[in-house]
Amino acid sequence: MHNLEENYDIVVVGAGHAGCEAALVCARLGLNTIVFTISIDSIALMPCNPNIGGSSKGHLVRELDALGGEMGKNIDKTFIQSKMLNESKGPAVHSLRAQADKQEYSREMRRTLENTDQLTIRQAEVSEILVENHHITGVKTSSGAVYHAKAVVLATGTYLRARCIYGDVSNYTGPNGLQAANHLTASLIDNGIEMFRFKTGTPARVDKRSIDFSKMEEQLGDENIVPFSFSTDSKSIQKDQVSCWLTYTNSETHRIIRENIDRSPLFSGAIEGTGPRYCPSIEDKVVKFPDKDRHQVFIEPEGLYTNEMYLSGMSSSLPEDVQYQMYRTVAGLEQVKIVRNAYAIEYDCINSLQLKPSLEFKKIHGLFSGGQFNGSSGYEEAAVQGFMAGVNAAMQVLEREAFVLDRSQAYIGVLIDDLVTKENHEPYRMMTSRAEYRLLLRQDNADLRLREIGYKIGLVSEKDYNYVKEKERLIEEEIKRVENTPIGANPKTQDFLKNHGSTLLKTGATMAELIRRPELNYFMLTEIDENRPDISYDIAEQVNISIKYEGYLKRQKQQVAQFKKLESKKLDINFDYSKVASLRKEAVQKLNLYKPVSIGQASRISGVSPADISVLLVYLEQEKRSR
Amino acid sequence: MEVDRQENTIAAISTAVSNSGIGIIRVSGNKAILIIDRIFEGKGKSLKEVSSHTAHYGVIKDGDLIIDEVLVLVMRGPHSYTGEDTVEIDCHGGALVMKKILETVIRYGAVPAEPGEFTKRAFLNGRMDLSQAEAVMDIICSKNEYAMKSSVNQLKGSISRKVKELRSIILHQVAYIESALDDPEHISLDGYGEELRSVIKPVVNEVKKMLDTADDGRIISEGIRTVILGKPNAGKSSLMNVLLGEERAIVTDVAGTTRDMLEEQIRLGDVFLKLVDTAGIRETEDIVEQIGVSRAKRAAEEADLIIYVVDGACPLDQNDQDIIEMVRGRRAVVLLNKSDLKLVIEVEDLEKKTGHPVITISAKEEIGLKKLEKVVSEMFFHGKIGFNDEIVITNVRHKMAFKNAFESLCMVMKGIEDEVPEDFLTIDLMDAYEKLGLIIGESVEEDLINEIFGKFCMGK
Repeated sequence: MHNLEENYDIVVVGAGHAGCEAALVCARLGLNTIVFTISIDSIALMPCNPNIGGSSKGHLVRELDALGGEMGKNIDKTFIQSKMLNESKGPAVHSLRAQADKQEYSREMRRTLENTDQLTIRQAEVSEILVENHHITGVKTSSGAVYHAKAVVLATGTYLRARCIYGDVSNYTGPNGLQAANHLTASLIDNGIEMFRFKTGTPARVDKRSIDFSKMEEQLGDENIVPFSFSTDSKSIQKDQVSCWLTYTNSETHRIIRENIDRSPLFSGAIEGTGPRYCPSIEDKVVKFPDKDRHQVFIEPEGLYTNEMYLSGMSSSLPEDVQYQMYRTVAGLEQVKIVRNAYAIEYDCINSLQLKPSLEFKKIHGLFSGGQFNGSSGYEEAAVQGFMAGVNAAMQVLEREAFVLDRSQAYIGVLIDDLVTKENHEPYRMMTSRAEYRLLLRQDNADLRLREIGYKIGLVSEKDYNYVKEKERLIEEEIKRVENTPIGANPKTQDFLKNHGSTLLKTGATMAELIRRPELNYFMLTEIDENRPDISYDIAEQVNISIKYEGYLKRQKQQVAQFKKLESKKLDINFDYSKVASLRKEAVQKLNLYKPVSIGQASRISGVSPADISVLLVYLEQEKRSR
Repeated sequence: MEVDRQENTIAAISTAVSNSGIGIIRVSGNKAILIIDRIFEGKGKSLKEVSSHTAHYGVIKDGDLIIDEVLVLVMRGPHSYTGEDTVEIDCHGGALVMKKILETVIRYGAVPAEPGEFTKRAFLNGRMDLSQAEAVMDIICSKNEYAMKSSVNQLKGSISRKVKELRSIILHQVAYIESALDDPEHISLDGYGEELRSVIKPVVNEVKKMLDTADDGRIISEGIRTVILGKPNAGKSSLMNVLLGEERAIVTDVAGTTRDMLEEQIRLGDVFLKLVDTAGIRETEDIVEQIGVSRAKRAAEEADLIIYVVDGACPLDQNDQDIIEMVRGRRAVVLLNKSDLKLVIEVEDLEKKTGHPVITISAKEEIGLKKLEKVVSEMFFHGKIGFNDEIVITNVRHKMAFKNAFESLCMVMKGIEDEVPEDFLTIDLMDAYEKLGLIIGESVEEDLINEIFGKFCMGK
């Protein structure tokens, strides 16, 4: 035995967006941690779109930041354009999105990792997990080195047996031609883990100098830039931004795609993985929506360091020559030069139903996983899972309680609950419509929801925690004041109401009542509010939302109270449901397959009816009493 | 989703529904006494102040309208069947009155009990012995299965189709809004309020129409699913005509339903019968030949009661043999028809062959129908056909679902008026979608996500 052998508390496999968060969390909680990556140069790589955030993904980043994750801080340091989406809609769907300088983003995250105590970075391919008696004991690399650990977090992204495809060209590599990880899958299967094969794709990158921007619409960033991180001072990040550009496909583009569709590996059957429905390739869109005579194409810079531009909306796996033909039909791209081809990528991931809500494998103690390896898609989805898997690995090693967020606490909770409770046959993307309590889970109140939890875990500083506590107090105080401030039907008030097209007062009202009127809000009332305290915008925003949407918020809070009760009724994950004779056969099968942790989770499994839940409640009561 | 219901006050009819005799409506939960106090008017003090386990005479009122004279029994928890505050209303006004009272109780704050829920609560509240747990689980399971079946069976095909159609309209709108929220740069909601208003307005009207007609039997036909079998010329249609005679017919089907779904509701003495598959009988005598033996068999299998009409004027033949097979072991009444002619079949002989009571009648001369009423009534009261309470409560549940859906849709209309952001509108739209789903036994699950991906082009 001459092979290298080392001991760590925690091993993290992969240094993408999930792996980075996992590694940072474990090290920051004081555990001796090693993170493996196939290439040190690909730490926090953004192999697809050059942005962070967007609808519902922005929520994830905010939540992650409130808990003490890194992604929000990192994008605040490296963004080149920022935009709050959906500003004309309700506050629950406002969402932040920033264009990143890809290389800066990656470099900055690497810098953070390299300067974190207790964290070792190692370039190597992990080829085996070491399991003894259903407990993880470490990993082995392809060189034969063994790394013993108390817990392991798998965050392999899209690298497992990865294959990149366009036309009839097929390369057994990870994204961007990086080396794939071809050995680990077999070891996972040997240890009883069920694998899926998923697929995703990316559009071409083109040379900026070959684009005629005069034929496109310019897309500017916001004038007032809002940071992702609650710890970033917004004044410090106001800066010049770069533009994105909008153009469209046309009937000629679609004709070329249709004529060459038989050369697409997606349609010829050369791709076996399941792709996501929400980010279809351009050929998918043309086939599936034949009535649409054009599709949008956003041209986004990949960074300040490069001339490469990303063609958002035109991912493809058509052959190289067809790619050239179709891109060149688009207004402004007539002379375009491709730097990197569009391609589809296939990779191994797991059936995420094998995981507990803590992201630990049900069957292997100490083995956790996060990110695209779990069957999700997107940098943000990956990051939050990596964070949660990392926290739970650390909690286990520290002999502390597992950390689970439920569906009423965070989008993170919704995401993970969906992954471990619902059958998933495509890369999972977060969407605001998946969050049933979304009015409460806003990006503007992520700190109020989660700072305290992050503080208790040990990832949020005393200072940040005290800040949010004080914020909470000021909000409550101001809400109380506004609710109890009478407004008389005096000329000043009536003038104000008239100017804003609002019905005049017959008798007095409270300020809160006026705020609830559809055409008014807290900010507008400054004019007639003589005792308005000097509070910051983020506090005023909370006051406005709380009062204005009080009815809706109250309704959701009641639903949450109901929901919480069922979540608190715990089930034993080793229970054999065939022992409950009155359960329907389908319910027994599903319950035995999923092994839910609570009555609440059981009730969300498709095929388990409310009657089955009633039967379970009676059974639990019977058990309790017989003890 | 509403799964944890322990905090609700529940109500149901707890005895078989009939048009005479005493019926009991049971209400359980922490608001039981409060709710009944608001609709009960007695001689003495308020029900809130009376002692436990006392009976009070008075009337149930809905506003100023007196519904029935009743005896009200107040039992405070934990000394009641469920262990919760419980009120029992004993009334004697028959099926329609009981239903009216149940609906009033629900309007004043109770919710219709789920199948087996009283028993479940009794157990969970420690009012039942541990050894009874298995039985409790069985009751919940079997009652739910029956309710599910009857709920779908009770719903008329035309209504079910309409509800599905309305749901798909609503879902499409929600999916559109959600797609735009998730992908605002590809899908715009500018000026969408107007469009949504024009789409939802007719949906509101349709739901209102169904809500308004929920009582007169156009939505749900109550009654015992009954099929009339008999060979050609046995006298089925004459029997039908007699049973449906002017004073007996309560509801006939609305026009426009397809012929094979045609069914008629009749009242036979105290009992409501829902005659299914009447089309075949009305158009031609020849049910077995026309629609085929297998079809008749299926109708017979799904029925709760079979009325088998035998032609007494001619000997039993192969057709009769087939039918006798079908009625064996089922709830059935055999009518030996044509007593106005010379009968060639013996009553005892026929009873032995079929294993069911035989009544001699003449459909033509309307003789023997009183006897039929009596026999069916007895089957009903002796518990042989004891499921009408389930049907009534299904009806009440459906009505409540229509009402909730209607209210949610009104909120949507008001929201559009007030220019509420679209993401708030989808909350009420989804609510209406879910409530309408309860009526046809469909839940929400992944419908929305599938609709979004299926109908709208999203993403990079």
